[in-house]
Amino acid sequence: MYKIVNKRSLNPTVTMMDIEAPFVAKKAQPGQFIILRVDENGERIPLTVAGYDREAGTVKIIFQIVGATTEKLNHKNEGEYIRDFAGPLGVPTEIEGLKKVCIVGGGVGCAIALPIAQELAKNGVEVTSVIGFRSKDLLILEDEFRACSETFHVMTDDGSYGRQGNVCVPLNEMFAAGEKFDKVITIGPLIMMKFVVEATRPTGIPCTVSMNPIMIDGTGMCGGCRLTLNVDGKRVTKFACVDGPDFNGYEVDFDEAMMRGTMYRDFERHAHEETCNLFKKEVK
Amino acid sequence: MAKANMNPKKNEMPTQAPEVRAHNFSEVALGYSEETAIDEALRCLGCKNMPCVGGCPVNIRIPDFIAKIKEGDFEGAYQIISKDSSLPAVCGRVCPQETQCESKCVRGIKGEPVGIGRLERFVADWHMAHSGETPECAESNGHKVAVIGSGPSGLTCAGDLAKKGYKVTVFEALHTAGGVLVYGIPEFRLPKAIVQKEVDGLIAMGVDIETNMIIGKTLTIDELFGMGYEAVFIGSGAGLPNFMGIPGESYKGVYSANEFLTRSNLMKAYLDTPDTPIMKGGKVAVVGGGNVAMDAARTALRLGAEKVYIVYRRSMEELPARREEVEHAEEEGIEFKILTNPVEILGYENKDDKRDPKNGFVTGIKCVKMELGEPDARGRRRPIEIPGSEFVMDVDAVVMSIGTSPNPLIKSTTEGLEVNKYGGIIVEEGTGKTTKDAVYAGGDAVTGAATVISAMGAGKAAAKAIDEFLSKK
Repeated sequence: MYKIVNKRSLNPTVTMMDIEAPFVAKKAQPGQFIILRVDENGERIPLTVAGYDREAGTVKIIFQIVGATTEKLNHKNEGEYIRDFAGPLGVPTEIEGLKKVCIVGGGVGCAIALPIAQELAKNGVEVTSVIGFRSKDLLILEDEFRACSETFHVMTDDGSYGRQGNVCVPLNEMFAAGEKFDKVITIGPLIMMKFVVEATRPTGIPCTVSMNPIMIDGTGMCGGCRLTLNVDGKRVTKFACVDGPDFNGYEVDFDEAMMRGTMYRDFERHAHEETCNLFKKEVK
Repeated sequence: MAKANMNPKKNEMPTQAPEVRAHNFSEVALGYSEETAIDEALRCLGCKNMPCVGGCPVNIRIPDFIAKIKEGDFEGAYQIISKDSSLPAVCGRVCPQETQCESKCVRGIKGEPVGIGRLERFVADWHMAHSGETPECAESNGHKVAVIGSGPSGLTCAGDLAKKGYKVTVFEALHTAGGVLVYGIPEFRLPKAIVQKEVDGLIAMGVDIETNMIIGKTLTIDELFGMGYEAVFIGSGAGLPNFMGIPGESYKGVYSANEFLTRSNLMKAYLDTPDTPIMKGGKVAVVGGGNVAMDAARTALRLGAEKVYIVYRRSMEELPARREEVEHAEEEGIEFKILTNPVEILGYENKDDKRDPKNGFVTGIKCVKMELGEPDARGRRRPIEIPGSEFVMDVDAVVMSIGTSPNPLIKSTTEGLEVNKYGGIIVEEGTGKTTKDAVYAGGDAVTGAATVISAMGAGKAAAKAIDEFLSKK
């Protein structure tokens, strides 16, 4: 059992928790993920590590309430426990040798982008951050990004905060102005990452994306998290849990990944509704 | 003692009727009664040279335990089995006895061999139901050993070492102990309560089981040594599933057998109100001919599939699955498409409407007919495509059950641990000693996908070697 030592709502649909998991906290690095199960009959879900405190032995997770499991998780309070918490899994984000990096985060993906930006800044790398949200209500971690970035852009789709438009707007402007980066690292919805990759492609700057497909065990056994890379004209199957979650954005078949991500959409919708109804009954 | 039973046939195993069991997850085989067990035991001639023992990977004293059954001393029979086997209730159910102990049985020459597996299962179940005794903690010898993985090899190794007084910790990556016995083999073939009892037995013997510990990630093997463990056994099992590399394997509804079975078994997706989803119903094609393929096919049927096919490129004779499993599958109505090989998986694509919710779901599997050619290096006749024989089967899901490759997590974080070109850990024959000092390995992590009993045999051999290594220290 793993204790929730801190819980904070970042916006109406996004929650942050610090979980007591000393072994994971000792090893976790930016870009890695954990697998958790809320209760005895819960499903296993992957969440990317949003931070860690090695001394306190805690791991930070930030999640959007999108389905039954995240709904259940959000109903747990400080001092309560979650059943299982395993990790750290996956390969840490490669930051060796980088001097100037552009981090592009979208929505709850910013939670995962932040520890990478912080780690880069800690290592003396010049960080430019571009973060985007649908609207002002969904904005998260702005202060934290500002603190570790030399240059900072915040975008909203509806213009209710920062500049109006998607994350590619400032990115294209910077590229047009001749800005050079050693790498662009993007984390967010698949469709956003796809567009960031396409915006970056003409510049030849390496572009890393963080994939978060459907997973079960997360340890390299089930193969559910497979995705296809186009490597030198060949189609290659990779597994996000052991080969990723970071991949060369130019190689990822995003259309296929988006298609696979909807496999259980109907099931998930029903399960979420049922869970919400269950919680409503409890309240009555 | 009663007279020898010279009936050439085994006592039949009572089973649930096929039309009933095809719709439930309860165990198929129901087990012998005491009377049937004694009657079957009386078929054993008690050969002095005990050929059957040589056919058992852990050398259970088979004629001795059967002699106890003849006397009605079932607990005595259990005590004999448990000297050599840590998991008799498991092995009595899932061992391929027909190619092991029973294949050597003298009664098999002019009839059917003695039902050794069925008797082993009877004895283990009798013990579980009647014996109140709990396993004891052996006196500590002060040595600490780490076991990685709680599948058959790890549990066996841990049990043998605990009996000798070692302080054993088993590290399991998943949230439940049991490995393939829990995530892979379905409830209807091996009830999970039986695995849990075996695990509880180890805990009673003083073995610690740490779940959610992914060795290679959460802790490395070198860190285990730093924590005071003096030897490590790696029984981490098989890893990533193989796919065929044909077009369409990414469509929604294409599963690896590992994923399909893990969803159903470990995550309990077969229950009415699971948190973990799985595709239920429709038509399902399972590609492959091993025991795992049979498990996947029969699971799909029980999940409500209207039609289940096994697609296998060789003929019925070459099916690597156990005869009994194939027969059970056939009785339940699973259709065998033999000499058939998939070349493409077809999916729904509405080019006019990208938002069509049916987009990307499997609609069929295109196959080609095969014929058998000359035998290959292993003596199995090589399947050859018949040109122009392509045909399409309409299916809604495809389960790929064509083997696995070893998991890379431990290898990639353990210096000095060498693997072969297939990724299997290199070990010394008979001891399981790896190329890294004080590290031993066994089971699928070494051999690639194999049987429960051979993994147990490897766990046992490694426990003996670890004991010899540490008692010299």
